[in-house]
Amino acid sequence: MGGFRTPLGRARGLGAAKSGVGHFIGERVSSVALVPLVLWGIWSAVGLAGGGHDDAVAWLRSPLNATLAILLALTGFYHMQLGMRVIIEDYVARHTTRSALLILNLFFCCLAAVLTVLSLLKVAVGGGAY
Amino acid sequence: MADATPGARARPLSPHAQIWRWHVTMAASILNRATGAALYGGAILFMGWALALASGPVAYDDYVGVLGSIPGKVVLFGLTLSAFYHLFAGLRHLAWDSGKGFTPAVADRTAWAALIAAAVASVAVWVIAGLMGKL
Repeated sequence: MGGFRTPLGRARGLGAAKSGVGHFIGERVSSVALVPLVLWGIWSAVGLAGGGHDDAVAWLRSPLNATLAILLALTGFYHMQLGMRVIIEDYVARHTTRSALLILNLFFCCLAAVLTVLSLLKVAVGGGAY
Repeated sequence: MADATPGARARPLSPHAQIWRWHVTMAASILNRATGAALYGGAILFMGWALALASGPVAYDDYVGVLGSIPGKVVLFGLTLSAFYHLFAGLRHLAWDSGKGFTPAVADRTAWAALIAAAVASVAVWVIAGLMGKL
């Protein structure tokens, strides 16, 4: 989430080495977590394919499935925010457009993460029938 | 955003894509970014699935119906390819980060390996799904 400071602000503060690798490390660590989570996600998607609402609800009410689905969502939306940030920084040169897109990307990923996790939790712990 | 200072003078640019001979590591790198962008869309489909599930059986059946249609399956197969390719290309990056696999010969081989592994794994998942009667 860092990186909004100006070069001068950074130079006056603690220096780039204090936070400059934050994006790099965040992208790598989330990618390590996503290797097993995505493989599990693909395997789960195959299992759920062709099933109805009841099957999916029963699947998500298993605590293990709910936990892994929420971790996949949180790690995935975090990782994609970092990745899309680099794409925007590489291709959008105009300062105002670039800042607007970076903020839009951040807000959208946060919105998507909360929406997905809340939806998953509602089914996983909500109880009752549909 | 460090190099986007308003009013800064234009800086010299490095040679651009059209002067380079096409090679597999270049394709592998471009595909890694392209599949990452595609998976942004895939994550939005995952969000839609969770929303539909939480909204009840009618919304869920509609949503799964669209995903299960022929265009839906084409998109899902593309996302399967993207997920596996981005995963294998990510493993290459993790190897590079640990200082391994930088020589041109090894980089070429791992680029081909990632491309082929992604295709094989994607077809395998869909064949298995078909054999399980899921398609």
